[in-house]
Amino acid sequence: MIDFEAVTITYPEAARPALRDVNLHVPEGEMCLVVGGTGVGKSTLLGAINGLVPHFTGGTLRGRVTVDGLDTRTHPPREMAGTVGMVVQDPEHGFVTDTVEEELAYCMEQFAVPAAVMRKRVEETLDLLGIADLRRRSVRTLSGGQQQRVAIAAALTNQPRVLVLDEPTSALDPAAAEDVLAALSRLVHDLGVTVVLAEHRLERVVEFADMVVLIDADRRVTSGEPQTMMQRSSVAPPVVRLGQLAGWSPLPLSVRDARRRSTELRQQLGDAPLRVEPSGAPAVAIDARRIVVRYGAVVAVSGLDLTVHAGEVLALMGRNGSGKSSLMWAMQGAGSRSSGSVRLAGDGIDPAELEPSQARARVGLVPQSPGDLLYLSQVDAECALADLESEQPAGSCRGILDQIVPGIDGAAHPRDLSEGQRLALVLAVQLCPRPTVIMLDEPTRGLDEFAKKRLARLIGRLATDAKAIMIATHDVEFVASVADRVVVLAGGEIVADGPTPDVVVASPIFAPQVAKVLHPLHWLTVDQISNALGVVTP
Amino acid sequence: MTERLARSVHPVAWWLWALGMATAVSRTTNVLTLLALAASVCVVVAVRRSDAPWAQGFGFYLRLGLAIIAIRVVFRMLLGGQYGATTLFILPQLQLPEAAAGIRIGGPVTLEGLLAALYDGVRLAVLLLCLGAANMLADPKRLLKSLPSALHELGVAVTVSLMVAPQLIESARRIRRARRLRGAEGRVKGIVGGVMIPVLEDALDRSLVLAAAMDSRGYGRSASQPRRARTITSALVIAGVAGIAVGTYGMLDGTTPRLLGVPMLVTGCLVAIVGFRLAGRRIQRSVYRPDPWLLPEWSIVGCGVGAAAAMFAASSVDPGNLYPSLQPLRWPNLGVLPALAALIGVLPAVLAPPSPVDRTAEVSRDLTTPDTELVQARVHR
Repeated sequence: MIDFEAVTITYPEAARPALRDVNLHVPEGEMCLVVGGTGVGKSTLLGAINGLVPHFTGGTLRGRVTVDGLDTRTHPPREMAGTVGMVVQDPEHGFVTDTVEEELAYCMEQFAVPAAVMRKRVEETLDLLGIADLRRRSVRTLSGGQQQRVAIAAALTNQPRVLVLDEPTSALDPAAAEDVLAALSRLVHDLGVTVVLAEHRLERVVEFADMVVLIDADRRVTSGEPQTMMQRSSVAPPVVRLGQLAGWSPLPLSVRDARRRSTELRQQLGDAPLRVEPSGAPAVAIDARRIVVRYGAVVAVSGLDLTVHAGEVLALMGRNGSGKSSLMWAMQGAGSRSSGSVRLAGDGIDPAELEPSQARARVGLVPQSPGDLLYLSQVDAECALADLESEQPAGSCRGILDQIVPGIDGAAHPRDLSEGQRLALVLAVQLCPRPTVIMLDEPTRGLDEFAKKRLARLIGRLATDAKAIMIATHDVEFVASVADRVVVLAGGEIVADGPTPDVVVASPIFAPQVAKVLHPLHWLTVDQISNALGVVTP
Repeated sequence: MTERLARSVHPVAWWLWALGMATAVSRTTNVLTLLALAASVCVVVAVRRSDAPWAQGFGFYLRLGLAIIAIRVVFRMLLGGQYGATTLFILPQLQLPEAAAGIRIGGPVTLEGLLAALYDGVRLAVLLLCLGAANMLADPKRLLKSLPSALHELGVAVTVSLMVAPQLIESARRIRRARRLRGAEGRVKGIVGGVMIPVLEDALDRSLVLAAAMDSRGYGRSASQPRRARTITSALVIAGVAGIAVGTYGMLDGTTPRLLGVPMLVTGCLVAIVGFRLAGRRIQRSVYRPDPWLLPEWSIVGCGVGAAAAMFAASSVDPGNLYPSLQPLRWPNLGVLPALAALIGVLPAVLAPPSPVDRTAEVSRDLTTPDTELVQARVHR
């Protein structure tokens, strides 16, 4: 269905090709998963399928890409639209019309599909993705999962043979991600659509894949069966790592496969050792009482109490819109707070009463889109400004940055950094005034596995430094690897609060893969198990 | 007779009706006639508007109309141009230097002058009301959809740009709040650099994503035309639009030669239609759920045209009644033909099918971040 023949893609002014000598064949009706670290060219590969690369992005393409017999050299993306449906990474930015129904019809209108046929296909597609009740809604008032499904439906109505998606679940909470993946797997199974998707959250998608395309750090592209490719891949979901550790063959890709083989391992391991509770009462770092955040008639946070201790890593979880971000912004003082009080350790002062420059010296918050905090044109200039703002000696921000991610070019524009590097820069800026409480809003979005590991190590170091750390996230695997305590929010209220193993192991949604495989044991990560077994992992 | 189901009327029909009413309004300064026509428009809007968000602003047009009348009267009182014998009161007059000899500020205020200002103001306000009614009754976005296919790209550009403003406000709010996290606030320099640059970068990023998405969904698929054909069609379209403009002027201004009125308008329309047809011939696209043009649409347009025609007839039968004399002062009467015009104008209230009620309009949005505060506020309003 999709063929790459000796394809080399070079962007203008790039020192080396973004992709070199790619030979790839994706058969019809396969779910194909593209795997690789940040910035290795996954998006370039996806864009080349419908000709956005190089027709839209610029650059040169050598070799040949054909989809269903159509050559992208002679067919620009708008002509390929009848064959390839494309879903961009952030669907909200790709919507052209206002209402769901019109969005679904847009592509067909361009192809002059008769009105009666359009009407029928829109109805069928609405039902196929289970969004019939949203038909008259404005696309901008939908939740993230709904928007993603509308974007998929809009790409499908013109009945393309190929559907291409760039990170369809990375912004979604676990439940919404499952909805989207279920819809995709139905397309592959029932309609024979060929689906190509790139995703960092391998643990969510790898079990659905029929084929894996691996782009390694040298930008070589290989493809094959998921089992064999995962064996070679430097990034792999926990269930695969567990399989490698335990020496299971063939490698399990789903929790179900792994669980069937895990009886022996569970007996060998026994339950996870109880965590050693620090002696004495831990020092309170920040204490919030009866916090209410209200936007018009909508109550985002409804009167909850939360205490975070020094040296503690607290994960806030819950579906999109459960009030995680609102709570953190309200506690930092920069967001709105309708009522309630916040007291910081020591002087018991409320950060909302401090000047913003003083508040950030006590509580540092890294927002969901960290780029919002950056506006200078050089990394060094941002660092220098941060030193000035935080009244720290020159070079301290750069020093922190080098500790987090060494070797970022000081003359680079912050926009040109990778997601992980940009997050590191913002983190360094916010850590510069040495706050005692650090809040991170969705820090793992767009990070690959290595960047996440680095972030986890940094958070560990900060906790050892007796900082209190709050992380709002959907990433269950990340939570399992860093958090001491998990608070689950729903509808602005706390529905669960406790040590990480106690909260997540029993949860069908928030349990990491290792916990699901070894249930009811309290193991959370592959690293814990390899330590327990005395195996040294790379 | 078959049951009349609720459906939305073709937006062009409402616009043509409203333009007909506006034409009728423009033919008179008789306050009674104007009020009768305004009442017709208000009744139709009250009965036939839908519950969509764009149909909720009629009060705004009413208030704007009143403001126009007030401004017109006050300016006339302050800035001379007074005539007539019936002086009501005398305002203190401002002594201006020689150079401004022609201008008088203050001085005597006459009844005739005030009434002339009032008549003019009411006419302007009712004209505005007609346009407001068209906006209330017809979804402006659907009107864009019924543009000739040659203008489709223009329609998309307008739709997209309508979405940009709220997006800019949203990202400006988000970034301004994020600035607090860096401790900077209030300084003008910081606001320019710290808010404007990220907002503009954000807008640029978004528009690139949108452009890529539109490209990969077939936007602009239509084959390009040869240069000659393009020149001919654009010449035809421009000539047609010019003809329409001149014709409209001729029709609205009773003093121009007859030839510049209706005949010019019709010719202009024909030329423009041929131009658009030629331009649209090569563009292949279709419209999802096109609004049908059926008997109710014809009758709505007919009512607008009828109201205008009745006023034209009145101006040849009884011109004195349409422009009530101010010197000597005469009490305005409501003539038979103008009353008929108002009656014809109100007919769409029963001729048009009822507008559909949207039962799925209730809105709930997940609050992904506090930034959605603004979205919420918009939705609730």
